[in-house]
Amino acid sequence: MSVGAPLPQDAAELHVRGSARYVDDIPVPPDCLHLAFGLAPVAAGRITGLDLAAARALPGVRAIWTAEDFPEMPDCSSSNADEPLLATGDIHYLGQPVFLVVADSHLTARRAARLGKVHVEERKPILTIEEALAADSRFEDGPRIWEFNDTAAALAAAPHRLSGRIEIGGQEHFYLEGQAALALPQEDGQMLVHSSTQHPTEIQHKVAHALHVPMSAVRVETRRMGGGFGGKESQGNPLAIACALTASRLGRPAKMRYDRDDDMQITGKRHDFRIAYEVGHDAEGRVLAVDFTQWTRCGWSMDLSLPVADRAMLHADNAYAIPAMRIESHRLRTNTQSATAFRGFGGPQGLLGIERVMDHVAAELGLDPLEVRQRNFYAEAPGEAVGLPRTPSEDISEVKRGAGTEVQVTPYHQPVTDFILHGLVGQLVETSDYHARRRAVAEWNAANPVLKKGLALTPVKFGISFTLTHLNQAGALVHVYQDGSILMNHGGTEMGQGLFQKVAQVAAARFGVSIDRVRITATDTGKVPNTSATAASSGSDLNGMAVQAACDQIRDRIAVLLAERHQARPEDVVFADDRVRVGGDEMSFEDAVALAYENRVSLSASGFYKTPEIEWDRIAGRGRPFYYFAYGAAVTEVVLDTLTGENRILRADILHDCGASLNPALDIGQIEGGYVQGAGWLTTEELVWDGSGRLRTHAPSTYKIPACSDRPPVFNVALWKCANRAATVYRSKAVGEPPLMLGVSAFLALSDAVASVRGDYPSLDAPATAERLLMAINR
Amino acid sequence: MDIAFLLNGETQRIADQPPTRTLLDWLRETRGLTGTKEGCNEGDCGACTVMVTDETGCRALNACILMLPQLDGKAVRTVEGLTGPEGQPHPVQEAMVAHHGSQCGFCTPGFVMSMATAHANGQRDHDDRLTGNLCRCTGYAPIIRAARAIEETPVPAWLDDSGALPPRGITDSDAAFLPRSADELADWYLAHPGATLIAGATDIGLWVTKQLRDLPEPAFIAGIDDLRGVSVSDTEIRIGAMTTLAELQPAIAPHHPGFAEMIRRFGSAQVRAAATVGGNIANGSPIGDSPPALIALGATLHLRRGSERRSLPLEDFFLDYGKQDRRPGEFVEAVTIPRQEDRLRAYKISKRFDQDISALCGCISIRLDAGRVSEARIAFGGMAGTPKRAAGAEAALLGKDWSEAAVRAAMTALDGDFTPLSDMRASARYRAQAARNLLMRYFLEDQGQPVNVLEVGQ
Repeated sequence: MSVGAPLPQDAAELHVRGSARYVDDIPVPPDCLHLAFGLAPVAAGRITGLDLAAARALPGVRAIWTAEDFPEMPDCSSSNADEPLLATGDIHYLGQPVFLVVADSHLTARRAARLGKVHVEERKPILTIEEALAADSRFEDGPRIWEFNDTAAALAAAPHRLSGRIEIGGQEHFYLEGQAALALPQEDGQMLVHSSTQHPTEIQHKVAHALHVPMSAVRVETRRMGGGFGGKESQGNPLAIACALTASRLGRPAKMRYDRDDDMQITGKRHDFRIAYEVGHDAEGRVLAVDFTQWTRCGWSMDLSLPVADRAMLHADNAYAIPAMRIESHRLRTNTQSATAFRGFGGPQGLLGIERVMDHVAAELGLDPLEVRQRNFYAEAPGEAVGLPRTPSEDISEVKRGAGTEVQVTPYHQPVTDFILHGLVGQLVETSDYHARRRAVAEWNAANPVLKKGLALTPVKFGISFTLTHLNQAGALVHVYQDGSILMNHGGTEMGQGLFQKVAQVAAARFGVSIDRVRITATDTGKVPNTSATAASSGSDLNGMAVQAACDQIRDRIAVLLAERHQARPEDVVFADDRVRVGGDEMSFEDAVALAYENRVSLSASGFYKTPEIEWDRIAGRGRPFYYFAYGAAVTEVVLDTLTGENRILRADILHDCGASLNPALDIGQIEGGYVQGAGWLTTEELVWDGSGRLRTHAPSTYKIPACSDRPPVFNVALWKCANRAATVYRSKAVGEPPLMLGVSAFLALSDAVASVRGDYPSLDAPATAERLLMAINR
Repeated sequence: MDIAFLLNGETQRIADQPPTRTLLDWLRETRGLTGTKEGCNEGDCGACTVMVTDETGCRALNACILMLPQLDGKAVRTVEGLTGPEGQPHPVQEAMVAHHGSQCGFCTPGFVMSMATAHANGQRDHDDRLTGNLCRCTGYAPIIRAARAIEETPVPAWLDDSGALPPRGITDSDAAFLPRSADELADWYLAHPGATLIAGATDIGLWVTKQLRDLPEPAFIAGIDDLRGVSVSDTEIRIGAMTTLAELQPAIAPHHPGFAEMIRRFGSAQVRAAATVGGNIANGSPIGDSPPALIALGATLHLRRGSERRSLPLEDFFLDYGKQDRRPGEFVEAVTIPRQEDRLRAYKISKRFDQDISALCGCISIRLDAGRVSEARIAFGGMAGTPKRAAGAEAALLGKDWSEAAVRAAMTALDGDFTPLSDMRASARYRAQAARNLLMRYFLEDQGQPVNVLEVGQ
């Protein structure tokens, strides 16, 4: 069966031949216009004038538009109507689009954008957490606070106390394909937009709003992205809107792609965080209470910051049953790029907070951090630890929180009924030879005065579902043509994660045909409407189910026909191996389809799916936001030079839970890539803003994502073979985001190496650049 | 300008393009060959990698900072030209599919071109071959699996363009000058002292693609054969100005392996294949990596203006930030290193090991005579406005017993040698502290102590 087969990414053959088309590769008519934004030169102030004469005089410039050219400034925000396409008087960050150049070529548009002068009456920008707090510059009225049991009382009663703080840097997505859009004007005011976006429906919605046309007049198509990682959930809106407006006004196609430096200056990144903690624990390392305060710089506009900050709170427990927890979350408004979605969506930052606490507690007590982690784990769900396929546990009443009697729940009151980390971590400890290597590291360190090794094992428990509950829906459209070929379409977008292939495998499995029969097509708002962003790791869970529902309708119609003709029951018609069997008869899938066509059976269906059982009150911090949890764990060993802080990963071992994998090859690809991206976030990837609010790391020359040799030279990745207890598509689990957090083990392994030369806990901040490590060694 | 090159086996004559037009823009916009991607437009991501062949073989280069005149007389293969005449896949293409080496696919054409070039050259140092190709999806593991899988596979015959290279085009025109000899350049440059000399264009390319500058009177000089190559005599090693870093690395390795190891981390394979030693010196960057090593080796710089030649210690060439001792119409001809017992260690400190600009680069050569320091040459990049010797630290060591105490004294003295700046690569404090510690690293390494994380196995 196609489900579970390690098939390649759907376009792998095209990728290696250079024939996979991205937005900038689509052939355009010769009269296509090219756009570029002129950017704000300061972080805060009031525009006093624009000098665009030189820019307008450049040959090939067709138009330059400013706020004055729009009676009503189109909005680009995905949440709050607070992102004007072009600055309307106030400058909110350095790099904010101020004017729009329309030219005959990309290069001419860029040149003209540089020639424009923006005169600004500067204000002192709000850049730091301190500055934002002092000015009470924030989103929402005040901090969001969730409390689980009486944390102050639990802290006061705890036999041991400690406190600390960690700074966690942001992260640039660095999708290899920059933001891009192309708008092609159609007859009667309609618009076709090609956009490199994770969210075609939002592009459609924002373009329709900007053009003052109904959504039905705008069609958005996305065949693929050259990487997204959350950076194309909302950040593509300005380009698509600018292209559509230009195309509408001038009646010519319009294309916009950001130059890499512009992309990094304009678009949002992962939220940076500061997390402070007050911890109460016992002598065995059991954590009794934690009081977290999380501060995050959201940048100039709201974008997705509220749900991002919520998810940081929702992952403040990670894998640990902590009897009392209070979380206070400050969402600060600063004069910087508007921080946005990035793989994990706040979860990684929240998770790092509690992993830091576990490490810190272990250091205080002189225990192996692994032991402390295991002591604090949620209780294991009952049932077999390994085995596939397996019936999920129906009875959750036996799942207890520690020795207590009530059902174990997270600090936001969601029952944890599928916890598997005792077994998973236990196996990883064995396969990675953790304990022997822990001893070997200590011996090595005793013998080496300059170089020091470090080792860490960290787990991940990640909640799967959009926390905005209504987003957990998906649609699909499936056609079976009379020759037996199948066309599949759904609302999910392909950004490299392998979604299209996984969902095609589902379609092929439903019809019992080979994967070659299924044609994968571009995401298209004209085929499937009202889709959610491909985000929150939800792509295959949602769209796989929607496609399954569509396929099953068609299959069942064919089955009914065949059953009637063979005096059989429809449920006894078998679709397998590109054949259809009914009674004693058997025919090819093509013949069955042709017969259905001749008998006027509809061979087209739309499918729909909504995630069951979830409900969530984000203000109260209470409910069941997640349908299930995905799990994993990693062990990383590093070596550190105590003279310079130079370091590298020596080995990583990962065991990760994808449920019953739809495609183990693609899932392992997500895990390997997620780990390296997570390790990069916490080590070499450093965003640096100067005192004026200018991002100094706006190109790959200064912003360093992992290169080839940074991957672990020994890199053992395995899947935990255990079906999802929740009724997901073929009992698989989401895989997009959770593996990123496996990279936390690299960060804490570096901390472990630093600790080997210090008497006390190093309290390392992230990213752990060579500089930060040397300073931590010498502090 | 009237040049000729092969593109995927077919001869192209280019006469109607501006000389600073990049190969990438020409491929994508003029030729509609969109397999080659723009990821960063500054030679840092490798999505635009193409294979370029000349008489000396094939190499991977970044098309985004490769100007068309640089291709005169060469052959270019893009990803579209990697498949065989009947559309049959190259082994690297098959292996990348089989090993799941692509996810989003945007970096993939660049990767397969780098991998196919390495494969054609029989190179198996995959990490070093791929330092210039960034992938954000896979974590690289499957790409390396693919590279290893085809190590023994024969190179497809269709890739060999070496027998069909077109003759070089017209060298002299108002738009672009393409001299073939040092004499030709010397005469012309004397008459055009305001010209822009372009060698590998790994730095100047960014003036065009990022600063959007117009380059006055561009002269493309990388094709000057008599400025290229490394020659070793009994007394000196002479490095022609147009020697690329890729050519220097194996030539210098037998004499100064530490220098070769630093060159291994210089830029990326694509950058090293284009960037020249002369360019790295002449542009006077405070963070160029070859000058500190050359200075520590006591190198002499050879300059030429018309028929006039002069030589000076390399460190004297760098006068101040952005200011070199180079007169109008004068160019770098060569740099020479005296033959010597190797005592050099070159320490490049950067946020990322590969393809990163140094936060600081410390190059140290300390000679001993009966346990005492008889010569100390210590040069740093990234610590001042120019590559600069650490005079105080050198003085503190000279004549002293080679001991930890002497090194500690030199570390203290080093504080007086430099007042480094803070920037996005490192703070002044880190630079100062790491620079001091590099002296200790040199000492400990000399004592046989393990000090290099790159040499530690799991």
